[in-house]
Amino acid sequence: MYYDQARYGQNGEYEPLLSEKDSTTVEVGGAASSAGGDENAADGDGSPLPDHLTRDSLTLPELSEPELARHYTRLSQMNWGVESGPYPLGSCTMKYNPKFTEDAAGDPNAAVHPDRSEQSVQGTLEVLHGLQEYLGRVGGMDAVSLQPPAGAAGEFAGILVAKAYHETRGDDRTEVIIPSSAHGTNFASAAMAGYDVVELPSDEDGRVDLEALRAAVSDDTAALMLTNPNTVGLFERDIVEIAEIVHDAGGLLYYDGANLNALLGRARPGDMGFDIMHYNVHKTFATPHGGGGPGAGPVGVVEELAEFLPSPRVRETETDSLTEPGYELFEPERSIGKVHGFQGNWLVLIKAYAYIARLGDEGLADASAKAVLNANYLGSRIDYEIPYAPFHHEFAATAGEQDAADVAKRMLDYGVHPPTTKWPEFVPEAMLTEPTEIENRETLDDLAAAFNAAASEDDETLATAPNRTTARRIDQASAARDPRLSWHALESDGE
Amino acid sequence: MTRERGRGSPFAPHTAAETAAMLDAVGVDDEEALFDIPDEVAFDGEFGIEPRGEAEIRAELARTFAKNDDLTEFLGRGHYAHYVPSLVDHLSLRSEFLTSYTQYQPEITQGFLQALFEYQSLLVELTGLPVANCSMYDAATALAEAARLAGRVRATTGARVLVPEPAFLRAGKRGVLDNYVDGTDLSVETYPMDDGNVDVEALSELVDDDAVMVYAENPTVRGTIEERIDEVAELAHEHDALFCLGSDVVALSLLREPASVGTDVVVGEAGVLGLPTSYGMGLGIFATREEFLRQVPGRLVGASEERVAPGAERNGDGSAAEASGRRVYTLTLQTREQHIRKERATSNICTNQAWVALRTAMHAMYLGPSGLVELAEDCVRRAADLAGRIDDIVGYQAPVHDRHHFREFAVRCDQPAAAIAEDLEGKGFAVHVVDEHLLQVCVTDANAAHADALVAAFEEVA
Repeated sequence: MYYDQARYGQNGEYEPLLSEKDSTTVEVGGAASSAGGDENAADGDGSPLPDHLTRDSLTLPELSEPELARHYTRLSQMNWGVESGPYPLGSCTMKYNPKFTEDAAGDPNAAVHPDRSEQSVQGTLEVLHGLQEYLGRVGGMDAVSLQPPAGAAGEFAGILVAKAYHETRGDDRTEVIIPSSAHGTNFASAAMAGYDVVELPSDEDGRVDLEALRAAVSDDTAALMLTNPNTVGLFERDIVEIAEIVHDAGGLLYYDGANLNALLGRARPGDMGFDIMHYNVHKTFATPHGGGGPGAGPVGVVEELAEFLPSPRVRETETDSLTEPGYELFEPERSIGKVHGFQGNWLVLIKAYAYIARLGDEGLADASAKAVLNANYLGSRIDYEIPYAPFHHEFAATAGEQDAADVAKRMLDYGVHPPTTKWPEFVPEAMLTEPTEIENRETLDDLAAAFNAAASEDDETLATAPNRTTARRIDQASAARDPRLSWHALESDGE
Repeated sequence: MTRERGRGSPFAPHTAAETAAMLDAVGVDDEEALFDIPDEVAFDGEFGIEPRGEAEIRAELARTFAKNDDLTEFLGRGHYAHYVPSLVDHLSLRSEFLTSYTQYQPEITQGFLQALFEYQSLLVELTGLPVANCSMYDAATALAEAARLAGRVRATTGARVLVPEPAFLRAGKRGVLDNYVDGTDLSVETYPMDDGNVDVEALSELVDDDAVMVYAENPTVRGTIEERIDEVAELAHEHDALFCLGSDVVALSLLREPASVGTDVVVGEAGVLGLPTSYGMGLGIFATREEFLRQVPGRLVGASEERVAPGAERNGDGSAAEASGRRVYTLTLQTREQHIRKERATSNICTNQAWVALRTAMHAMYLGPSGLVELAEDCVRRAADLAGRIDDIVGYQAPVHDRHHFREFAVRCDQPAAAIAEDLEGKGFAVHVVDEHLLQVCVTDANAAHADALVAAFEEVA
């Protein structure tokens, strides 16, 4: 008995149950006629392979299409998305994903194989080139590679670029400096590239402590990774000085693009002195988050580092035509090589291109203006203290004496997705909140009401929440203590 | 009332009146006052990106994509096309799935969690290994993560990762592997192949106690089915190295179950189901043994129970907190991950390919066990059939390797391969050029209807 289905009870909750339907086991192989490996054994009957090359059997659910359609529709009904309601998950930029971008990505002419000849995929190369251009302009970067399939992959590619740059100069550097408030991926990406991580404490207003930075940099400094605005929404006002300190020490400045939605049209990483950055197109440029991915994390660099970018990139080429440019792939001279087997998450990149084209200069600038306005408006309506200001597109409220995770569970009962909780760690009981530009005032008022209702409730009410959701509070400890990661694990439990 | 919006973002709903009221509530005159950006780094230039309407952009992109030549692709080598049933698009595009993110609040994301649990279960069934994560970016990054895992769990002091010679490992895959081990003490070395299979004798000379992992593919990138996979695994184990196998979810439905030959880690491509041809976008498989559970990269979904506390509505009798008995799902063992373990995490991966995993699971469930096996068997039959027909043409020899093949096979040609491929392209077909006199052809349900035309084209350009 394999297949779980869910049904709704009278109170709108659901009960999981095992389907009456047994899964089906099919025998595989058993092709006596072709034993010995006759190359042309394909006769349409029996297995085309000898037994010793095949598995014995395969056991999976065997469902009809209507049953499957109901199953997945039901599962979707037990899931919260941006279109279900507000999703103010801090540092995730949960924007509305415009429908037309999905249709644009579904163009059958865009469905090409990565090994096609360059001359036969000029349309694909043109869109890739266009997106490289757009991203370069938005970030103030001279050259962009679209290959990294996610933000963390962009970080890894960017740090490899920094490493290649230093190695080319015969400069052996071993450390990457990262503020303690940074996204966890920064630390992990730097470590994956083989660097020692030097953690930089924040000063009392949550920004980079210049004295600490001066003390941290040295001949060993390969790069400083920085998010700006930082992870509590504050702009690093000393960015020019920070860049000077790092550059004077011979290091490079890396920009984590997770918070770029705060700055569109108002400041560009390239103008602040950053040498390398990644873009989270699933955040800033509204491609769907898909329940965890796929995203895309293009990496941009200043001119001096362009020769190290991942391969291949796209460039314009000479053509016979006077009106139509041509495009070709090329390998940057000292390329770090590959961070994805092919060229990254192509379908996601199309959506990002379409979104940027839809908004243009004014729309992008307005997106940031409204994102920052929404965060500030929401911040002004909630009863929780926000220790760090002036913030931009997101703020870190503190739950004070309450447990932030419990507050979040209680907010579920009020029909909203809660903020990111207990992070960044230097804010006690943090609730990192990023409403994005897509919410109207009424929704922000609803969100504020959810915060404020939880703020006035006692610990027991919070600790026993949620009560109105698909599932009640889930036992995380039990899941980790006794990992059951597949149907098979449930079966062996005798279920 | 007309919504007074200028040329701002069409996806920001604020009317002018609303904006004014909100600014008033915050206590500033305009949005610019909210930006705390020093003048010296403020940007007052333009991107020069003209905003366009939805219809205009779709027309523009349609025109641009139409510049891609309309070729019938007989291409594979790691990125494959199978017909994706309509159900997959219609259901995976439901916005509750598409517009959600990682399941940090499992109480309102049970649907996606269960779908990912089912995806993991599919991989457990296909590989025979008890632990499968819910996605890597693609086959290349999955292989690279496997090498790093092998480095972390190694039983020896060695540091060698053994992979097939360049002709049997895509350069892109090798490149990603090289980058992922660049920051470790691991080194990547190659072993030779013997007519499309691992040269077991040569490999046995190369595997020693310094090896931490041996990697082989089944089927190989040239489509050959590996016949001595168990001997390769045995060799690795004799020297306390891990055996890592690369495959894909269709091939796994038919070929020898990885666990049955002693595989330690299975990597490869799952996007062969659920994803259409998409310029190399993928979904990486990562499955392994129980003992490496806490070293696995990426997200894991596990079953758990609801915890119903005293005073809660469901058991209002005041009994102590207890499990309600209802099965629920949650992300688990997150202390392996970057957001908690930072530089000591098993990987830097955060955003993954979850939505593709959903689509893969949908496609696999749609096919069911018999449909999957049938699809896989057709991959063998069609390759054998088409290779035989091309072999019959003077000037070609196919398949080059004397093995069973899956989906694709190499073709030796008397004329230079590049010239033939160019001629074929002129006739509307795309095939791989893999060497001076070597082509590669991939045939699946997606292009089989054009096989006759391809054979005719081969005849004409011979």
